[in-house]
Amino acid sequence: MGSPLRIVNGRVFDPAHGVNGAVQDVCVRDGKIVDDVPPDAKRIDVTGMVVMPGGVDIHCHIAGPKVNLGRKFQPEDHRTDVQLRTKLTRSGTGGSVPSTFATGYRYAAMGYTTAMEAAVPPLGARHTLEELHDTPVIDKGFFVLVGNNLLLYRLLQEGRREEFRQALAWWLAVSKAYAPKLVNPGADELWKEERNSNITGLDDKIGSFELTPRRVIAAFIETANELGLPHPVHIHCNNLGHTGNVATTLETMRLAEGRRAHFAHVQFHSYGPALGKSQHHPTSGAQEIAAFVNAHPNITADVGAVMFGRSTIMTADAPLAYLLHQIGGGKWVNADTENESGCGIVPFTYQDRVYTNALQWAIGLELFLLSEDPWRMVFSTDHPNGGSFTSYPRLIRLLMDREYRKQQMEQVNQKALDRSGLRDQQREYTLSEIAIITRAGPARLLGLTAKGHLGPGADADITIYEEDPDKEKMFSAPRYVIKDGELIIEDHEFRADHEGRILHVAPAYDRQIEQVIEPFFEDFYTIRFANYAVDDRYVPHHQIIPTGATPS
Amino acid sequence: MSENVKIVQDATCTFCGCVCDDMGLTVDLDEHKITKAENACILGKAWFKGHGLEERPFALIDGREASTAEGVEAAAQILAQARFPLIYGLSDTTCEAQRVAVAIADMIGGTIDTTTSVCHGPSGIAFQGVGESTASLGELKNRADMIVFWGGNPAEAHPRLFSRYTVTPKGMFTPNGRKDRTIVLVDVRRTASAPAADIFIRVKPRSDFEVLWALRALVKGRKVDASIEQRTGVSLAVLQDLVARMKTCRYGAFLFGMGLTMNRGRHFNSGALLALATDLNQFTHWVAKPVRGHGNVTGADNVVSWQTGFPFGVNFSRGYPRFNPGEFTTVDLLVRGEADAVLVVASDPASNFPKAAIEQLHRIPVISLDPKATLTSQLAKVAFTTATYGINVAGTVYRMDDVAITLRPAFESPYPSDEQVLSAIRDRVRALLGGNRVPAAGPAAAAAS
Amino acid sequence: MPEMMTLIGGRTSKQGTALCVSKLGAEYREITSTVEMNVEDMARLGLKNGSRVTLRTAAGEAVLTCKGRETKDLPPGILFLAYGPLASQLMAGDTAGSGMPISKNLDVEVEPVPDPAGP
Repeated sequence: MGSPLRIVNGRVFDPAHGVNGAVQDVCVRDGKIVDDVPPDAKRIDVTGMVVMPGGVDIHCHIAGPKVNLGRKFQPEDHRTDVQLRTKLTRSGTGGSVPSTFATGYRYAAMGYTTAMEAAVPPLGARHTLEELHDTPVIDKGFFVLVGNNLLLYRLLQEGRREEFRQALAWWLAVSKAYAPKLVNPGADELWKEERNSNITGLDDKIGSFELTPRRVIAAFIETANELGLPHPVHIHCNNLGHTGNVATTLETMRLAEGRRAHFAHVQFHSYGPALGKSQHHPTSGAQEIAAFVNAHPNITADVGAVMFGRSTIMTADAPLAYLLHQIGGGKWVNADTENESGCGIVPFTYQDRVYTNALQWAIGLELFLLSEDPWRMVFSTDHPNGGSFTSYPRLIRLLMDREYRKQQMEQVNQKALDRSGLRDQQREYTLSEIAIITRAGPARLLGLTAKGHLGPGADADITIYEEDPDKEKMFSAPRYVIKDGELIIEDHEFRADHEGRILHVAPAYDRQIEQVIEPFFEDFYTIRFANYAVDDRYVPHHQIIPTGATPS
Repeated sequence: MSENVKIVQDATCTFCGCVCDDMGLTVDLDEHKITKAENACILGKAWFKGHGLEERPFALIDGREASTAEGVEAAAQILAQARFPLIYGLSDTTCEAQRVAVAIADMIGGTIDTTTSVCHGPSGIAFQGVGESTASLGELKNRADMIVFWGGNPAEAHPRLFSRYTVTPKGMFTPNGRKDRTIVLVDVRRTASAPAADIFIRVKPRSDFEVLWALRALVKGRKVDASIEQRTGVSLAVLQDLVARMKTCRYGAFLFGMGLTMNRGRHFNSGALLALATDLNQFTHWVAKPVRGHGNVTGADNVVSWQTGFPFGVNFSRGYPRFNPGEFTTVDLLVRGEADAVLVVASDPASNFPKAAIEQLHRIPVISLDPKATLTSQLAKVAFTTATYGINVAGTVYRMDDVAITLRPAFESPYPSDEQVLSAIRDRVRALLGGNRVPAAGPAAAAAS
Repeated sequence: MPEMMTLIGGRTSKQGTALCVSKLGAEYREITSTVEMNVEDMARLGLKNGSRVTLRTAAGEAVLTCKGRETKDLPPGILFLAYGPLASQLMAGDTAGSGMPISKNLDVEVEPVPDPAGP
């Protein structure tokens, strides 16, 4: 945990406590932020520097079955971007899907101390936790895929809502997940069973089930809220990437009816109808999405911004990946998981001259710039789908630096810009707003009460930046990074290795529900029920985040 | 048989890549052996029966009995002093042990390679080239109405692949099991697997690629000349019939074996099959899976991939992982005489590598970890006896479809696990080197100068 | 006169069960030193079940025991041998840059070992 520490003379940005650049000390003891430490505590003088809580990534793809497929799929993406071994730290490779050690060290070196893997089928939970264990420094957890789960579908179809609730709690608990995740609900049955077709709207029939995406999504939002989860439900809407999908997105947001729901990477869901002759040239729907989110405090979102260059499309939305494979014609991975999920992986490059890519880039920026509540429209690139997490500093600069943004806008497809509202935006994010969208906001949306702020009792995850007019440079390489009170990076170099914690929930459930689940396993799974739950050996260093209400 | 008997339900068999987790083991705790393995196939039964405790020295150094600790010291000295050390094997041990093995390779700047390089390594290379549409085995059980086995003999090498996962089980959309499926077997000889198939297609040796490419052409609606029969032994009519079935089934699956990879064409063969599966997805749902051999070879692929970015044949000498099959793969490193020390974990290259590779093993210091005596342990300078994974050792293994399963060991062994021995070696090497070995002049330094 | 045939290496369930007992034992040795051959080929070469035969490749040679298989199971000109120390003797070390040596469809020269008790 490190010895007591006093960080003095820094400009502190702690938006959760209304601290906006005031020069004040931050004290650390036993891994936590405290009011004061003894006078003989170690001091770090950070005069002129910016002190923030460690960054929190609410949505990224960094570990588990699909990520590892994405890694071994692309040797060409690793060989030019390597992570050198040091006396202390392990080596690795980078590119858009870095190895586990490179992932942990690179997040830390950028000042991020927490990240959430956003899509894991329950059957992949054990694998994911093994990888997260080899992802150093940061705290981490994962969202578990439940939106195409066939037993949950059966319970829902048969109107067995109480059992549905118990089964959802069971799945969260036995997989040691952080939150439930829906991805293109209903699509897997059409993809796997009906010749690779896809859901087109909320009222489509889900294969052989008497269900629609509308009914499924509404049930999950309602039930996840009843369970009192710290992050109730994380939704990847239907029709991702399709022209005109803004209508589906808004309809889905309305299904929340005032309940809490988080919408992932909304940039990919903010495409207006095509204008003119071309079917392939959508317009920006950022205005409508931003307006809806602004007006509905129960709705939260991360942007999923697109950054030009190499990425990897890596998603549980299998039909989408196949569509991109057909467009690009390159190599393609599909991976079906029994009773639980689909998955697709395609290498992808966003090009500034391409209309659609430029429009995606513009929409991402628009959503940030139109957001009136930074606490509810937070930072992400859906790493590596919209771009690597290592591009975050450049994205921050695009938000903070209007002149830089203008220069970049000149480089991109102008027709696309014409059909976005980006030219009208003069806004520049402040340091405090950046602190909100990259740490305080995501921590709050995740229900991580000890993260994203610097008040007493918070985890001592602290990042200290040297101010620089070039915000990309500033946010690329903090001078100091402290994790759980330990000085991990000092003068831009690793001073210690560190094993972060697995963050997960453990909602209570009625053991009777196993009588319902076990027979389904006997019939339709190929792993024994008794061997399915992930035991504590896979989370040697963990923290259970409490759930508010337990199912009765 | 003694009275001191324990029953272990839902135990896992790690003999082959099927990793069946429904074993009911009866364990005689006094005799330290498994007397009954319910649900096990012929191979599984032999696996459980054959891994009782044997009286063996904890370690042998130059053939002399030694303690594990003495073995660790000797092994650490070898690895710390070697200029081009290689760590090989890993397919019959836990992921926990595999993780430590990669850590050692990284620390000393050595090479890590697994039995994948002489198994489905070519399929791994093909995967990197064309991708793969794949599925967990339960999808085949629940959905597959057409399954094509190619270049493999599951009846002998993976007996329960048919009965538990693919051919006969009843699933959600295959309620009648075998009756709901069309089974095809393609091979150069009529194997014991042939009776399970509705259609057996015999191809001439060395013509799998040509048959696969002809199928791709037919799927895409191109013309294939009737002379294909002369070349491959398979008539155009048979190929056309197969294509018609493949395009109209609901959920199709290829399961392919080393008849493709250990053969002329290697990764081109695997790549042709993976590409055919991809092509078929324009018409209906198709997946393709390599059928993996050893109990945790899939875990080895996963661990090496997540730690380095590459699945096998990874070298750390420049301070970061480099992948190059043919350069950093074990057979090549041995045949070329480059490796100057080898740590072999749970594998027996001395009994199945090409002659020239085995000759190099006789010339250099070899460290082996194995529950049993093997030709490799016999030639090793330091040979550890370790406990058997799944029978004495807990931990994680990955089924051939990447599903991770936790082991339920049956009885305790006095011998240490691979993980324990490797961890001790790692700690000792670290002490000898004073931390990770950092190359004096990496590319960064070279670029700066 | 030696004759050219095609050798396929592979696994068998007997080999799998034997290696669980011991890879240094008699059973494993026997299984991995028995080559399966088409019965018509054997008749032509004057071989019987249990006859000894030398297989030769560019990499090396091995002396194995013959076992006959019907034509429907193993076509003429094809041999099958379970992987093991003797199969290794016949495998070339070249992997063509793939890491994988070729162990199936090897060109082998087949020559009966004269029976010391024979004519």
